[in-house]
Amino acid sequence: MAEVLVLADHAGGRLRKATAELLTLARRLGEPSAVHVGPGADTAQKTYAKYGAHKVYVVDDADAGSYLVAPQAEVLAQLIEKVSPAAVLIPSNAAGKEIAARLAIKSGSGLITDAVDVRAGDDGAPETTQSVFAGSYTVTAKVTTGTPIICVKPNSAAIEASPEAGAVESVDVTISDAAKAAKITDAQPKKATGRPELTEAAIVVSGGRGTGGDFSPVEEFADSLGAAVGASRAAVDAGWYPHSNQVGQTGKQVSPQLYVAAGISGAIQHRAGMQTSKTIVAVNKDEEAPIFELVDFGVVGDLFSVLPQATAEVKKRKG
Amino acid sequence: MDADARREPWRETTDRRKEDEARMNIVVCVKYVPDAQSERTFQESDNTVDRAVDGLLSELDEYAVEEALKIVEAAGEGEVTVVTVGPGAAADALKKALQMGADKGVHVQDEALHGSDAVATSLVLAKAVEKATDGSPELVLTGMSSTDGVMGVVPAMLAERLGLPQVTYASELTVGDGKVTIRRDGDTASETIEASLPALVSVTDQINEPRYPSFKGIMAAKKKPVEAWSLADLGVDAGDVGLDAAWTAVVSFAKRPPREQGQLVTDEGDGGTKLAEFLSAQKFL
Ligand SMILES: Cc1cc2nc3c(=O)[nH]c(=O)nc-3n(C[C@H](O)[C@H](O)[C@H](O)COP(=O)(O)OP(=O)(O)OC[C@H]3O[C@@H](n4cnc5c(N)ncnc54)[C@H](O)[C@@H]3O)c2cc1C
Ligand SMILES: Nc1ncnc2c1ncn2[C@@H]1O[C@H](COP(=O)(O)O)[C@@H](O)[C@H]1O
Repeated sequence: MAEVLVLADHAGGRLRKATAELLTLARRLGEPSAVHVGPGADTAQKTYAKYGAHKVYVVDDADAGSYLVAPQAEVLAQLIEKVSPAAVLIPSNAAGKEIAARLAIKSGSGLITDAVDVRAGDDGAPETTQSVFAGSYTVTAKVTTGTPIICVKPNSAAIEASPEAGAVESVDVTISDAAKAAKITDAQPKKATGRPELTEAAIVVSGGRGTGGDFSPVEEFADSLGAAVGASRAAVDAGWYPHSNQVGQTGKQVSPQLYVAAGISGAIQHRAGMQTSKTIVAVNKDEEAPIFELVDFGVVGDLFSVLPQATAEVKKRKG
Repeated sequence: MDADARREPWRETTDRRKEDEARMNIVVCVKYVPDAQSERTFQESDNTVDRAVDGLLSELDEYAVEEALKIVEAAGEGEVTVVTVGPGAAADALKKALQMGADKGVHVQDEALHGSDAVATSLVLAKAVEKATDGSPELVLTGMSSTDGVMGVVPAMLAERLGLPQVTYASELTVGDGKVTIRRDGDTASETIEASLPALVSVTDQINEPRYPSFKGIMAAKKKPVEAWSLADLGVDAGDVGLDAAWTAVVSFAKRPPREQGQLVTDEGDGGTKLAEFLSAQKFL
């Protein structure tokens, strides 16, 4: 069976959930091989094996992480040459899409981004599903040239274990000086909130202009559900919440099991970041708010009374 | 031509470099997109996006134009060239950028371009940027993504083709000492990233407030030069672009049935409890 390369998304070996999701999906297309660029492969090894990696390619270049995307693209291009994989799966986040873009040009391969599903088509070649135009269309697509390079949105697949040996293979790849031209010279870590990461979270609770700047009911409701907190651009622009929590076209694209929008009208640019959520709930004072067109459940009411009551009830039910 | 050869002119002498730095020549890639407010559809005939609807300069590219203008204004001299690849109507996108203050426009237009994907678009853009800069671009600016496709891959593809370092999603940008420095919001950290010039930088909607064209700007734009280039002018083979050359294909598309009207309750003192009940029924608790 042909190999399927999965680019691991990790920080110093700490894997993000997307990696296990991609390994799960890769098994539908062939035998997954994890590609680990940077330090920490031994830490990640257990997870690779657990989710079905037959092989793990390790490029232990300590520097790789301090450069932007180009080194990963070079590593993958060299692996494509070497093992002719059936596909390359990469997380569909900002960095992943850029790696994929450079890889597509380097290897002369077609690229699909923002896939929410991947499977083997009639001819065995990968076929993807994407949601486009603010969720109004569903598109099935395939790559017709080169090695299919597919970026899959985090949270698109339920992870399933399938233990394999995951033999580690160090690969000799050269990272050119040109790939090291853009360097991260400083990184100021974000304040830890103890909440899950926005794009990985199973539940996201977002607040908008309707909070009037007071996010406490949003945060307390989120915490009762173990959720991440998001914000509309109006709330971010007003300085009420950090930009890294913005959901939408120019913020994060999220696809959780449950998305709760409180005090958010549901502008098209906001929808672009959350419309693939499985279940959508909104709390808004205005029954005409466009967000209600999307919801599975909506409460027309003031978030300052609805959310605290819901928080108390959730805590009570959870015991 | 390899990337180093292209960078060579920079290295001639330090004097030359100083001169170049003061006089920044910036290319901004701008895209003409369908208005996000209008309904967008696929064309039944060939599964491509229907571009018949009203279009405009992609809002996110206005930030790149604004940033280029600010850099040139701060340097006191230099030139901003705006480049678009698109149909006849895309001239509107150039016009808006020229009205904002860009100095000249390049419009690459060709029948054969219909249905081009990001791979082909980046090829044509790369050739156009090279031609517009005599083979040595200094600073190329783009938006973070186009408001229609939202793939956000053209900047990285363009950088790869031009052999340039890419510094993307800039929410602050400084240019000087032969390098660019940006700040951006990473998932876990606020990062500072540096790259030597020449470079490609994509900017976010956090970076500035795009100006509105002034009356003077609107009048001045009428006299600004716009070059019209075909694929032949760029030496691009028509067989390498367009729908048939695409490296991916849409197998099928379907309009999503409108989401079933969800349940809407009006809060009468028990809205929060009802919300919790719904979540419990859906097994979220
Ligand atoms: C190029 C571009 C990119 C953009 N990118 C993004 C993006 O990434 N993400 C994004 O979110 N937006 C984005 N926007 C902005 C978007 O168009 C909207 O302006 C924005 O989403 C509005 O935020 P909002 O819903 O919080 O505010 P509003 O539209 O002002 O809505 C506030 C809502 O709160 C309700 N409300 C008020 N008080 C209460 C209360 N006490 N209880 C309950 N409800 C209450 C109101 O009824 C109203 O519906 C972008 C815009 C552009 C032009
Ligand atoms: N046809 C085009 N003409 C000019 N610039 C483009 C074109 N397509 C994309 N771009 C540039 O690439 C950026 C990202 O586009 P995309 O990858 O399509 O989301 C845009 O903000 C533009 O700066």
